[in-house]
Amino acid sequence: MTLKLGVPSKGRLMEKTFQWFGKRGIALRRTGSEREYAAEVEGIDGVELVLLSAGEIPRELVAGRIHLGVTGNDLIEEKLANWEQQVKPLAPMGFGEANLILAVPAFWVDVTTLEDLDAAARAFRATHGRRLRIATKYHRLVRDFLQAEGVADYRLVDSQGATEGTVKNETAEAIADITSTGETLRANHLRILEDGLILRSQATLFKSRRAAFDETDRATLAQLQEMLGIDRAPR
Amino acid sequence: MPTRADILAEAARLRARFEALGAVPVETPVLQPAETLLDLYGEDIRGRAYVTDDALRGEQMLRPDFTVPVVQMHMAEGAEPARYTYAGEVFRRQESDPDRANEYLQVGFEIFDRSAPADAEAEVFAAIDAALAGLSLRRMTGDIGMLSAAVAGLRTSEARKAALARHIWHPRRFRALIERFSGRAPVPPARLALLTAADPLSGIAPAIGLRSEGEILSRIKALQEDASEPPLSSHECEMLDALLAIEETMPFALEHLRDLAVDLPAISASVSRMEDRMEALARRGIALDALGFEASYGRSSMEYYDGFVFGFFAEGRPDLPPVATGGRYDALTRQLGQGREIPAVGGVIRPGLKLELEAAR
Repeated sequence: MTLKLGVPSKGRLMEKTFQWFGKRGIALRRTGSEREYAAEVEGIDGVELVLLSAGEIPRELVAGRIHLGVTGNDLIEEKLANWEQQVKPLAPMGFGEANLILAVPAFWVDVTTLEDLDAAARAFRATHGRRLRIATKYHRLVRDFLQAEGVADYRLVDSQGATEGTVKNETAEAIADITSTGETLRANHLRILEDGLILRSQATLFKSRRAAFDETDRATLAQLQEMLGIDRAPR
Repeated sequence: MPTRADILAEAARLRARFEALGAVPVETPVLQPAETLLDLYGEDIRGRAYVTDDALRGEQMLRPDFTVPVVQMHMAEGAEPARYTYAGEVFRRQESDPDRANEYLQVGFEIFDRSAPADAEAEVFAAIDAALAGLSLRRMTGDIGMLSAAVAGLRTSEARKAALARHIWHPRRFRALIERFSGRAPVPPARLALLTAADPLSGIAPAIGLRSEGEILSRIKALQEDASEPPLSSHECEMLDALLAIEETMPFALEHLRDLAVDLPAISASVSRMEDRMEALARRGIALDALGFEASYGRSSMEYYDGFVFGFFAEGRPDLPPVATGGRYDALTRQLGQGREIPAVGGVIRPGLKLELEAAR
């Protein structure tokens, strides 16, 4: 058997992942034509590279079709119930850093905290006859956060992209999205709530707790962890 | 574990029990319009119910409970007084505990009656108690109405009372508001700056979205009014804390509440109602010494109950959900009644859990 390592198939996340492994003596590279999702691994035997969309990696880890995978912990925590029981984070990788945050229009000078958002949502519902909309693709994380904080009278609307534009387009009144520098938020006249940090995220190497590891896989994993400088805590 | 056939048979027996008490058996659709439930419970319900949709009817939810459709049915076509019973599946999304069922049977008993509210409450409780006799379950009661009354009686602005009343079901936000209104939590610097700004909206950022400048200005006005409001007295906060902390057997709780009502006269009427309820329960043979009362009971899980609430729990099995729950939900009939309302009280039993516990004995 080979140890299957799932890595994002394109963009900065893929390049940074390749660099991260490269610095630790493991060369990952794409092969074949620009459009073909084939790849190879050098520097360690018994590891197979699987190129996947970052969003599919949580599911593949749980299904046990890959043993290891690189993705953001935001996606892991949004997509997996009881994620700690399904996957184990082996190493935070120090890139792809992004925070899941709640933001409102910058000109809402009366709303700087969740307490304000809750009060504004109540007044909004009384005035407009419907609940204040928050656009996001992180439904579960945002709902759990707002429920724990006791914010009411809002509704989540799905936004799979260009979420920062939803307020201007009047399809939402506020947003919950990933941001790293906050530039897109500022450009779209949005401001993060002071206590609106829902989750800190970064690219992380995860190990599946569901995949089958045979003897060879375990030996390969041990060698890999040693090369990557990851302490081997008990499973 | 009991089989599905066993559970269905048990559900039929329980429903027959309630029919013998004069309840009319009713059925409700499994698919419920999502909008009604979302309006009642807010977005939180999406974490607890399965949502589906089609192009014609929009979002639908798999029935998370019977109370809402039964109230709708009664408000639309029911004669008064009325009592209903039902047995059927409810569906609850489970996202963290794989051992909790996401589909199970419920058998319910609901009374819509304007006369003798204490007796209706006692009748529902006693009927469920009799159905579960022999399981020696821990029985807990509470009264959301007493908390509402305490809030309504605070010596503070109507706006503050409304904010607290809205969050009785969100203990954490409720606590934060008490801290804010009593002055124990510092006012955030951004709010202080806002309150003293001559022209708060000038040069900040372009106005985008549906929430208008007018709405922002009216909230600032509300904040300014609130800032001139004297803080909630520490005496009142202590009384409220004392009320929320009550957790005793019913007779002791009553003693305690009577003492508290001297300082917190707003709860007096609720305390008298509790006394009536206790007498009505005793008349139906319920031993009050063995009945718990927690003032905070029902605050985090039972959003439509607004008066008497109760639950039956398996002793030593904190892993199991309650075997039966119920309470008064007058406000729900008002919300769903389009201008009409009727006092209503009811409860549900989970026949599957009942059988499981019986088998374990």
